[in-house]
Amino acid sequence: MQRIINRRPDRLIALMLGALPFVIIAALYLTFSAMRLAENPSDKLLPSLQTLGDAISRFTFHREKVSGDFLLWTDTFWSLRRMALGLGLATLIGLVFGVANGLIPYIRAGLAPLISVIAVIPPMAMLPILFIVFGLEEVSKVTLIVIGVAPFLMRDVALRVAEIPKEELIKAQTLGASTWQIILRIVLPQILPRLIDGVRLSLGPAWLFLIAAEAIAAQSGLGYRIFLMRRYLSMDVILPYVAWITLLAALSDYLLRLLSRNAFPWVAAGRGR
Amino acid sequence: MSAITVRNLWMEYPGQRVLERINLDVPAGQFVAIVGASGCGKSTFLRLILSQERPTRGSILLDGVPLPDDPGPDRGVVFQRYSVFPHLTVLKNVVLGLEIAASPLIGKLFGPARARAIAEAGSYLEAVGLTQARDRYPAELSGGMQQRLAIAQALVRKPKVLLLDEPFGALDPGTRADMHELILRLWRDTGMTVFMVTHDIKEGFALGTRVLVFDKVRNDPQDPSAFGATITYDLPLAEGKRASPKPKGDVPCSAK
Repeated sequence: MQRIINRRPDRLIALMLGALPFVIIAALYLTFSAMRLAENPSDKLLPSLQTLGDAISRFTFHREKVSGDFLLWTDTFWSLRRMALGLGLATLIGLVFGVANGLIPYIRAGLAPLISVIAVIPPMAMLPILFIVFGLEEVSKVTLIVIGVAPFLMRDVALRVAEIPKEELIKAQTLGASTWQIILRIVLPQILPRLIDGVRLSLGPAWLFLIAAEAIAAQSGLGYRIFLMRRYLSMDVILPYVAWITLLAALSDYLLRLLSRNAFPWVAAGRGR
Repeated sequence: MSAITVRNLWMEYPGQRVLERINLDVPAGQFVAIVGASGCGKSTFLRLILSQERPTRGSILLDGVPLPDDPGPDRGVVFQRYSVFPHLTVLKNVVLGLEIAASPLIGKLFGPARARAIAEAGSYLEAVGLTQARDRYPAELSGGMQQRLAIAQALVRKPKVLLLDEPFGALDPGTRADMHELILRLWRDTGMTVFMVTHDIKEGFALGTRVLVFDKVRNDPQDPSAFGATITYDLPLAEGKRASPKPKGDVPCSAK
């Protein structure tokens, strides 16, 4: 009798095992939804597939009467815009300060204490301050993402830079490289794949900050919409929105992973050993 | 080519003296092997010649001029590990040195200048026998091939002095013999001054035209770090001569 730790499912069985929990959840949902709707046809908690489909088509393919927008797409546009600006700025800040911090002792001496203090401030506690200082418009939401993500990226990059073997930096100097050339040709190329990994890890927190900021004060956005619909118990809208947000988050993670894998073949070469 | 002169060199860290009273004259073109047990400051001495660290007292002159404060292209180096850049292919690892020299702003060459650099780098790869592997990444090479690459990379800026810090320590015996042949050939062809740190005394005698033994002459049993090591034997060998005057064997550094 083979030990269970040595028994492996083949591809098809693995696929079926992976799909099974989803099927079970869907079946449970449909069963309970049907039961509740049989008891009370206007129940809002577990809408039927029909109701869900109607809501999806209403928000996706039809203009809203007052604003004339396709709501799902408008919300998605605004949320992704905030996300891209926030994550982009945070990445840039993390890269610049992280490399400077990790490579240049004088900058490290001046910045490291400040960064470690900023990094432990709970970003959500900063939100009221941001709203007061920057108003309720776009700037405060983007800033929240930056404040929430940049310190982590900075510290991550600085640690990775410090991990580059000293021998490499000395070798570069014996080839005549200036500090700038070392950053450009040695440090940046080796840091970029790590930076992408850091951004991938930051996607979760970034979505958290985005939806929180939108829930509190916004006129558009995915987070704004689900918190607005909560007032009407509109599960038929909230559920598809949550699924859509999940899909967007998973997709951005996948794209970053793809970029990391294809842009840096040497990383895979190192792992193969 | 280039001579190294060391005048009354001392190296101390807080609470620890590593080197003391080192005086040395190395005429151009010598192959100096530095042997001694670990912890006897061999690698520290190499780092001082490299300007990776500054001596507490004394000075090192290269062709009569004090060494600059930073490592530079006049002194090439090969470490035991991590000497090559993992994100560049074999060819690009060597081209990098030429690009850095020619392009201060972005450290990259394009067009005909790049083609010339590639051709030049190719000749160095041929000299170390890596032409076949030019498009592979260092992680895909064996340990010996990685050290060949590190040597080619160190030579591309035509250093006056080549510093080798246990360069073959991690290699298996067969590969090591090949590498000995390679480094001797390159040394004869270029005429540069070579310093090689090794803890393999046989290797030191096989390669060097001069062998320096580092050890402590004074020792305080209560405080082993009170005294530093110095050059206890300075043995000139004829070029190509194999080990003849056997030193007092594998004496461990008294501090250990």
